[in-house]
Amino acid sequence: MVLKKNLALSETGFLFNPGNGDSFSLNPIALEVVEMLKAGKDEAAIHAALLTAYAVDADTLEKDLYDFLNRLRQYKLLHEA
Amino acid sequence: MKPKLTIAVSGLNAIDSPGPGIPVIRALKESEKYDIRIVGLSYEALEPGLYMRDLVAVSYQIPLPAAGQQMLFDRLAWIHQQEKLDFIIPNFDAELFHFIKLEKRLKSELGISMCLPSESQFEARQKAQLHAFGKAHGIKVPKDSLVLKPADIAKLREDFSYPLVIKGKYYEASIVYNEEQALSAYYKISAKWGLPIIAQEYVKGSEVNVTALGDGQGNTIGAVPMRKLYITDKGKAWAGITLDDDNLLDMTRKLIAATQWKGGLELEIIRTEDEEYYLLEINPRFPAWVYLAQGAGQNHPEALVAIGLGEKVAPFTDYQVGKLFVRYSWDMIVDLQDFQKISTTGIL
Repeated sequence: MVLKKNLALSETGFLFNPGNGDSFSLNPIALEVVEMLKAGKDEAAIHAALLTAYAVDADTLEKDLYDFLNRLRQYKLLHEA
Repeated sequence: MKPKLTIAVSGLNAIDSPGPGIPVIRALKESEKYDIRIVGLSYEALEPGLYMRDLVAVSYQIPLPAAGQQMLFDRLAWIHQQEKLDFIIPNFDAELFHFIKLEKRLKSELGISMCLPSESQFEARQKAQLHAFGKAHGIKVPKDSLVLKPADIAKLREDFSYPLVIKGKYYEASIVYNEEQALSAYYKISAKWGLPIIAQEYVKGSEVNVTALGDGQGNTIGAVPMRKLYITDKGKAWAGITLDDDNLLDMTRKLIAATQWKGGLELEIIRTEDEEYYLLEINPRFPAWVYLAQGAGQNHPEALVAIGLGEKVAPFTDYQVGKLFVRYSWDMIVDLQDFQKISTTGIL
C-alpha cells in the first residue's frame, strides 16, 4: 500500500494531486492518516496509532479506516506496492 | 537595453469564448527579452481588446477571411506603412490559412516575420484528417467520420454507437445521444461554421490540454499541461491548473518531433479511467489560456517571437505544477467617440 508520489499536502488538510489536478479537503483525522501513509506506515500501524490516540473501539476504527483507504484507492491516490 | 519590437496581434475578442490575443499580448508585455509595442488587429468593433489601451497601443480592423488573401495583404501593407511592423501573431484558426499563404510575401516584400506551421502541417491536423494523422504517428485518436449532408447522419449507425461528438470544422462541439440530436447539432453547427461536420467517437474521461511550441526542426521549445477546473456552457476553461504528467509531455514531444511543427499549438486530450490518452484535436495556435504558461514559468509567446526572428531558442526545462488561472469578467467604460472611430475609420 503506497501513497501516490508527488502529492502536495498542506498542514490545513488540502491535498493536491499534480498528476490530474484533483484536490481534496481532508478533516484532521484524514490528514493524520495521509501523513502516516506518507511516512510509510501500513494499515496495521495506522490502526494501532489511532486506537491509542482516540476513544474508539477497534472494530469501528477498522471499518472506518478500511472505508477511507478504499476512498483513497478510488481517487487513485493509493495503490498497492 | 531590450530591443524594441512592434508586433501585430489578432484575436482581441476577450469574451466568454475568448480568443488568445489578450493572453498572448500580456505574455509579450512581460517579455524579459524584448520591449514590445502592440498593434491590435480586429474584425469587429466590440472586441474588448480594442479598448484595453494599457495593452494595445493602436488597433486596425482587417478584412474577414472571406475577402481573400490580396485584400488582407493590402491592408497589412497599409498598416505596416503606419506602424512599421516587425512581427505578426495571428490567433484565429479561420484566418491562419491566409497568413500561412502570405508568410513569404510578408517577409520578402514588407520585412514582417511570423512563426507559423507550414501549409501541409496545418492541413494534416485538420479535424477531418486527425484520425489518419494519429494512425500515422502512433497516437490514439477517436474514430471519426465526415458528415457532408443530413442523410449521412443516418449512416453513422453502421460504424458508430451513440453517444457521439458532433463537431464543427473550426469551432463548437456537442455530445449527442441519438440520431435526432445528431441531426439538430449538424444543422446548428453547419449553419455557423459551414461543412464538413465531423462525427467523432465519444471517449469517456477527463479532458486535459497542453499549450506548446515547436521550433520547426522537431524540437519542443515549451509545453505546459493543464486541466480545466471550471468549464463554461460553451466548454471553455474559466479556471484551470497546471499538471505534472509525463505522458502528456511525451505525447506532445512525439507529435512535434513527428510533424516538425513550427509555432504555437494546443492539444486537446482525453485521459480515460484506465490512463489511456486520446488526442481529440490539435489547434494550430496558442490557446486562450496560454498566459498560464507564462505564469508557470514558460513565456511561450516571447519564445515564438524569438523563433520567428530566426534566433536560436533553448527549450524550457521546467514549469510550476499546481499553478492556477481563474478568469474573470470586467466592465470597461468606453467613450462613444472610440466606438465610432473604430466603427467608421477602422482605426483606434
